[in-house]
Amino acid sequence: MNSAIVLMIIGMAIVTYIPRMLPFLVFKGKELPPFLQGVLKNVPFAVLGALIFPSILLIQEGNLMFGVVGTAAAFVIAFLGANVILVVVGAISVLSLYSVFLM
Amino acid sequence: MEALLSTKKVSDFRLGLQGGLSIAIGYMPVALTFGLLARTTGLTVTETVLMSMLVFAGAAQYISLSLIAVGTGIIEIILTTFIVNIRHFLMSASLSEKLEEDRLFKKLFYAFGITDETFTVISVKEGKVRTGFAFGVMLISYGSWVVNSGVGYFIGEILPEFLQASMTIALYAMFVGLLVPSMKKSVKVTFLAVVAGALNSILLFTTTLSNGWSIVLATLVSAVIVELVVMMKGGGRANE
Repeated sequence: MNSAIVLMIIGMAIVTYIPRMLPFLVFKGKELPPFLQGVLKNVPFAVLGALIFPSILLIQEGNLMFGVVGTAAAFVIAFLGANVILVVVGAISVLSLYSVFLM
Repeated sequence: MEALLSTKKVSDFRLGLQGGLSIAIGYMPVALTFGLLARTTGLTVTETVLMSMLVFAGAAQYISLSLIAVGTGIIEIILTTFIVNIRHFLMSASLSEKLEEDRLFKKLFYAFGITDETFTVISVKEGKVRTGFAFGVMLISYGSWVVNSGVGYFIGEILPEFLQASMTIALYAMFVGLLVPSMKKSVKVTFLAVVAGALNSILLFTTTLSNGWSIVLATLVSAVIVELVVMMKGGGRANE
């Protein structure tokens, strides 16, 4: 192993862990103001929106249709009430069929 | 382990493993590709797996490879990693409200397992979430990430091209699968997601903000705006 690379990995590990653990130390046992609590409860759904768009449309560089087909498949399967695993496997299957037969 | 002594905890943990299964599937192609790229970048298999074990952050690991490839210094790579992963601060802050009260060392332990994906799976679960559930989600995700990084180092190219391409949808499909049921139940959720998605798109296309910062900004702004609107309309009562 190259010691410079190992040092780099340890450095990366430390700076990745700090933002992940800091809130648990800082907010420990504290009652946050209701507005802040409300905002933090909103974060999951907002972050999902931001994680999905626009990246999901751009999964294949230079081919917007690929992303559109995959996105549509995922939304339709999810809307029909399937659980998360089925949405994942279903979207992969639809895209595989699409790329084998239609591209 | 003391957690194994109580059946209640075991079932929470098992539910967590089930809940994290979709992440484990979604991580497969991403980790396999990481392993493959790491080898072409010149890392040894030990370094590759070590990075996945200690850092456990997909985007940052990919970026570090491209920086190593162009000969960037260690300090710059570490700094970039910090900037890319600072968004997890927001997620941890949100989880600290969501997870049951527990010993500090347990929280500091599972804090290591917070990624975009484990965060979303844990936080869309209704009600307070138990520690065992969080551990389950994180363990199966972490296992998939580390093992597949190593496997990818040797066999990443074995998967047929069309399947590799199709699997790039996996993690996003999971996000959709987590979001849609909540959208069907709540207009507020729909607003939060749509506003954040739209803001993130605008920020990415019109500014030079990196993907990580743009997600943080879009998330924060929409979470605050929607909360303000709800407060003004319902005097803070229509929170759910």
